[in-house]
Amino acid sequence: MTETILMLLSGLALALGCFFMLSGAIGLLRFPDFYTRMHAAGVTDTLATFLIIGGLMLLAGWSLALLKLGLILLFIFFTSPAASHALARAAQHSEWKLSGTEARGERDREAKILDAPADVAEPDALNTDKV
Amino acid sequence: MELLLNIALLALLLITATAIACTKDLFAAAMLAGIYGLLSASFFMTMGAVDVAFTEAAVGAGIAPLLILLTLALCGRRQRPDRRRAALALALVAIVGALLLAATLDMPAFGAVDAPAHRHVAPRYITESMAEIGIPNIVTSVLASYRAFDTLGEVVVIFTAGLGVLALLLGGGESRSAVPSSVLQSGGQSRDLVLRVTAKILIAPIMLYALYVQFHGEYGPGGGFQAGVIFAVGFILYGLVFGLDALHRVAGHGLVQLLAAVGVLVYGSVGLLGLASGRNFLDYGALAGDAVSGQHVGIIAIELGVGITVAAVMILVFYAFFAQLRRLGQLAVRDEEFAEGRAG
Repeated sequence: MTETILMLLSGLALALGCFFMLSGAIGLLRFPDFYTRMHAAGVTDTLATFLIIGGLMLLAGWSLALLKLGLILLFIFFTSPAASHALARAAQHSEWKLSGTEARGERDREAKILDAPADVAEPDALNTDKV
Repeated sequence: MELLLNIALLALLLITATAIACTKDLFAAAMLAGIYGLLSASFFMTMGAVDVAFTEAAVGAGIAPLLILLTLALCGRRQRPDRRRAALALALVAIVGALLLAATLDMPAFGAVDAPAHRHVAPRYITESMAEIGIPNIVTSVLASYRAFDTLGEVVVIFTAGLGVLALLLGGGESRSAVPSSVLQSGGQSRDLVLRVTAKILIAPIMLYALYVQFHGEYGPGGGFQAGVIFAVGFILYGLVFGLDALHRVAGHGLVQLLAAVGVLVYGSVGLLGLASGRNFLDYGALAGDAVSGQHVGIIAIELGVGITVAAVMILVFYAFFAQLRRLGQLAVRDEEFAEGRAG
């Protein structure tokens, strides 16, 4: 009985993981600019790897493989978000910088944002409250 | 199922290789080279060559793209088009590729029982190595005991390659660095909190894993080559995040240089111990009471030598690249100051 439940759960996790991985890949190909692409790759990559390795862990039973998969999960838990962070930070130092008018090629975008309705909260306003 | 997997992996390998050849952006080519390494590691894995897959994953997908990226930091990420040279390279690749394809026609089929490789010494390795060497991983038995002299040659090659890189880079050229000089002046130190904390958490497990790979190589896939690369990656990660000066405090340049030679020395001395006791070079029988435990001691000793040399050479290469980058950065700063002085 428990085995059937475990099988079903792991199958569900694996299928979900594959779906997220695929949607991340599609997002990476289809999204318009660097940051949205990075969002697609970074978020789905971490989640999908978690689901896939979690599904495999459910199948592994109490064995050495379970421990190894757990270690891989822990490693990815630290590295994958850190890699996305490093990527975004590197982009902030490059010509794709998000805020600030000194970045070339971003002026048109910012002009559009300024024209947008004012009910969109500005990120800076959120930060100044805390200070 | 396995056939499908093989076809998919080989197709991806082919696509990646073509993309590397076609792209003009060298940064993308370096990333693709990493992907190529990972794909070939997976392919070796499906063929059952676990040790080779491990080496390919550590070297091809791990440290080789890193060294290529350091090279790109020195020489810029754009390829200068040179049609004549490209035609020459294409001709050369076509000829060599055709010759290799022709050679495969004479090879026995994959996995054929009567292939020469499976009839010559392999049966002895498979049937006798447990009694003669006494360790479960036959690859390590072959690498570190039956073919220990070949492995000594490989270690010497790595050592010599490290010396070559040092000689080339310390000779110096007058090209311009593609990295901003401010980054180099701070020794590449990252001020980013997230990266520093992640690196702090990760470096200890990386080192522990390297030790595991180093000393577990007799029982599972692994050994000195892979462990050395993983060690070096731990040190390089530390250097990249906390700055080169911090790394210098942990592993001084002189110390690393010394260790690169010490590894080869350890390997060679173990061989000479065999000679001193009246046996053959690299015969470990004399190292302990009975022959099998002597093999154990000898294999651990020479794997340690391999690991030390590989790790030290990789760190040395990293040092050499970074020293060159720093010098170019200083040159660039001096030029800027000189230009400002003339303008003012």
